[in-house]
Amino acid sequence: MQPTNRPVNAVELRDVTKTFGKVVANDHVSLDIRKGEILSLLGENGSGKTTLMNMLAGIYFPDSGQILVDGKEVSIRSPKDSFALHIGMIHQHFKLVDVFSAAENIVLGLKDKGKFDRKAISQQIRDISSKYGFDLDPDKKIYDMAVSEKQTVEIIKVLYRGADILILDEPTAVLTPQETEKLFSVLRNMRADGKSIVIITHKLNEVMAISDRVSVLRKGQFIATVNTSQTSPQQLTDMMVGHAVTLNIDRPEPKDPQDRLEVKGLTCLDGQGVKVLDDVSFAARSGEILGIAGIAGSGQRELCEAIAGLYPVSHGEIIYHNRHDEQAENLVGKSPLAIRNLGISLAFVPEDRLGMGLVGSMGMTGNMMLKSYDKGNGFFTDAKPPRTLAQEIKEKLEVVTPSINTPVRKLSGGNVQKVLVGREIASGPAVLMAAYPVRGLDIHSSYTIYRLLNEQKEKGVAVIYVGEDLDVLLELCDRILVLCGGKVSGIVDGRTITKEEVGFLMTTHKEEGRGHD
Amino acid sequence: MNNLINFLTAGILAAAPLLFGVLGETLTEKSGNMNLGVEGMMFMGGIAGILGPYYYEKAGGTNPYVALIIAMVCALVCAGVGALVFSVLTITLRANQNVTGLALTMFGTGFGNYFGEAVGNADPSGFLSVSTAVKGIFNNPIFPDSMVNIPYIGKLLFSHNFMVYLAILLAILLAWFLGRTRAGLSLRAVGESPATADAAGINVTKYKYLATCIGGAMTGLGGLYLVMNAASGVGGAWVYNCIDGYGWLAVALVIFAVWSPKRALWCSLIFGGLACMRYYYPISFIPASIYDIVPYIVTAIVLVAVSLKHSRANQPPESLGLSYFREER
Repeated sequence: MQPTNRPVNAVELRDVTKTFGKVVANDHVSLDIRKGEILSLLGENGSGKTTLMNMLAGIYFPDSGQILVDGKEVSIRSPKDSFALHIGMIHQHFKLVDVFSAAENIVLGLKDKGKFDRKAISQQIRDISSKYGFDLDPDKKIYDMAVSEKQTVEIIKVLYRGADILILDEPTAVLTPQETEKLFSVLRNMRADGKSIVIITHKLNEVMAISDRVSVLRKGQFIATVNTSQTSPQQLTDMMVGHAVTLNIDRPEPKDPQDRLEVKGLTCLDGQGVKVLDDVSFAARSGEILGIAGIAGSGQRELCEAIAGLYPVSHGEIIYHNRHDEQAENLVGKSPLAIRNLGISLAFVPEDRLGMGLVGSMGMTGNMMLKSYDKGNGFFTDAKPPRTLAQEIKEKLEVVTPSINTPVRKLSGGNVQKVLVGREIASGPAVLMAAYPVRGLDIHSSYTIYRLLNEQKEKGVAVIYVGEDLDVLLELCDRILVLCGGKVSGIVDGRTITKEEVGFLMTTHKEEGRGHD
Repeated sequence: MNNLINFLTAGILAAAPLLFGVLGETLTEKSGNMNLGVEGMMFMGGIAGILGPYYYEKAGGTNPYVALIIAMVCALVCAGVGALVFSVLTITLRANQNVTGLALTMFGTGFGNYFGEAVGNADPSGFLSVSTAVKGIFNNPIFPDSMVNIPYIGKLLFSHNFMVYLAILLAILLAWFLGRTRAGLSLRAVGESPATADAAGINVTKYKYLATCIGGAMTGLGGLYLVMNAASGVGGAWVYNCIDGYGWLAVALVIFAVWSPKRALWCSLIFGGLACMRYYYPISFIPASIYDIVPYIVTAIVLVAVSLKHSRANQPPESLGLSYFREER
């Protein structure tokens, strides 16, 4: 490195572009990371934050553009190249071997020469721990560790490999507030030691608390970099969500809305005892579309599953008002089958599309039968009604498939989703939950799904729509429930609320949020 | 007392071939590959291990030590080739490991019996057998008589053939390799979580291939032992179906020993003992075949116990039996 007086950027990205198929994940993004600073990378889901940083970590290779490390142009083709440039990324999903100790995980794959000296390695790890203020026992097994300790192992792993530039992908998503505070103090120690740190996040309060500068991405585009001291959460939200786009989705007025499903104080814990839903209360009304907005992983999935009886509820009630006799029934503790028979239907489209609800190797008929095989008497199944239904769905929803018996995994994504949603609608539900039904669909197919949901709404079904795209939620839904970190941060009127306000609710925890509704 | 010493000695002799199989399969499974073809690879190792010295002697060779080396190399290579086929199918082509392993067992059994019978029938004596000198090398004690004749412990510790000691040495080496070396750590990471290993820069494919092929070759030595050892058969001659389920016993033993080469030492001794117990402590009203199923019952019990205990340290490698797909990049 040449001696120079002006501060050299640790990393510079120039006009970096990355596409996946037709989707542009990063569109000519330019960004610099300075030495000894904490930079926040802020953006909604799918804004390209993680993709951008994965190019520094050697997971992806940019289609075009340059990456400069210490002022020199580099080509990072694998995680190894990234290590060699002293870049370390801590991913959201930890890559650790459960039955190994912390120390074993930390040295895994290192090709150091000489004796494999466990004692010396443990000592080195203790030195790093005490230098930055970590608290870690090198000999503890991963399976005995809490999530925050596993994260510590991941961070020390990259430090042990000599990283000077650390990238943390949503590091606080799995931490309690106390653990977050501790992590932040460690990060400040690292900054003082001259390390460059990038935090990928969508939590505004943390951005304000920890970072020196903030770079904002929106839909793959670089928006701006601002100094944290010269900005406000409101300004950052505006940069993050941008201006509303008009989509012209139909939104008929709800007719005679009545409470169909009432959720009161619903709390759910995940396997590790962390609250994934915290005191969630709302009502879904007949003849209305209730939108659920939130950053990915804010509890949307758990909420739908809890209502469908698939996720254990630790506190709270889910009251269903029967549409025929207006009897109120508590759904908590009922089996998924009993809940479905009451007319509550869940169409969940996960990231991989086929993961939930459809069997990829079966045709449309077989998948229809999954919901009706237990009806009727006798040992043999009756394939006729499902076949008729499959044919109906194929024609009505314009499903493009060679035959209703073609395995659904051979269909394109949009058609798979039409089959899934069509089947749920066909059961004539009283409550229809559609989670991410337009995920990955082209515009035409998306509008077909919106039309279907609106048809159900006009029939008096209480529709719950979990979506990612705020523009769609704002135009389709009558009311929008915003989740943030498993809590309801607001229930707002979809006709009057602005995109910026929803964006702000999505990133603001209840304690500091504004009251709505 | 003498009966007990004789029983234990016989148990050790019966345990050695199992130990080769267990160690080979443990090494294989530590890489995440479940190779159910142990029985087949033992057949392949056994037949190649006797055909080698047989043809060497046919060609006029007389040095029993050269015959010994030929036998070892043939057994290792032939069983290793079986494992290589398994590796190509399951690692590169990602075929189902269980199906491939079963196919390898069927192939190996037929392969061994076919050549054993065909070559034996073509021989003027009607048998596929090696000379007494070669047979002796595989059966005689390697320690001097003065040591073998020490009361009690002499027979117990020093009266065995070299392959018994080789098996024990291999167990110690394997335990050291898995527990104390960087390569061993990397191998275990591959079996536990190949994605993690891959991210750490470990060549998953290379480790899986090497572990599976070397492990397979080791099981071949077990087959060679069974063919050459007098305690388990005629000794030095091919007997139809001579492996007779030992390969399956080894697969069961890997579970019984909870994937640990050290525990494999005494676990195979227990199984070896159970296998020959009926000759030393017969109970008149228990049919011999009941003795034969005892090892399998014990394995089933251990499997249940391991699953119930939920001890995280004593579990099979986490991705055992799964093919590794690197995520699309």
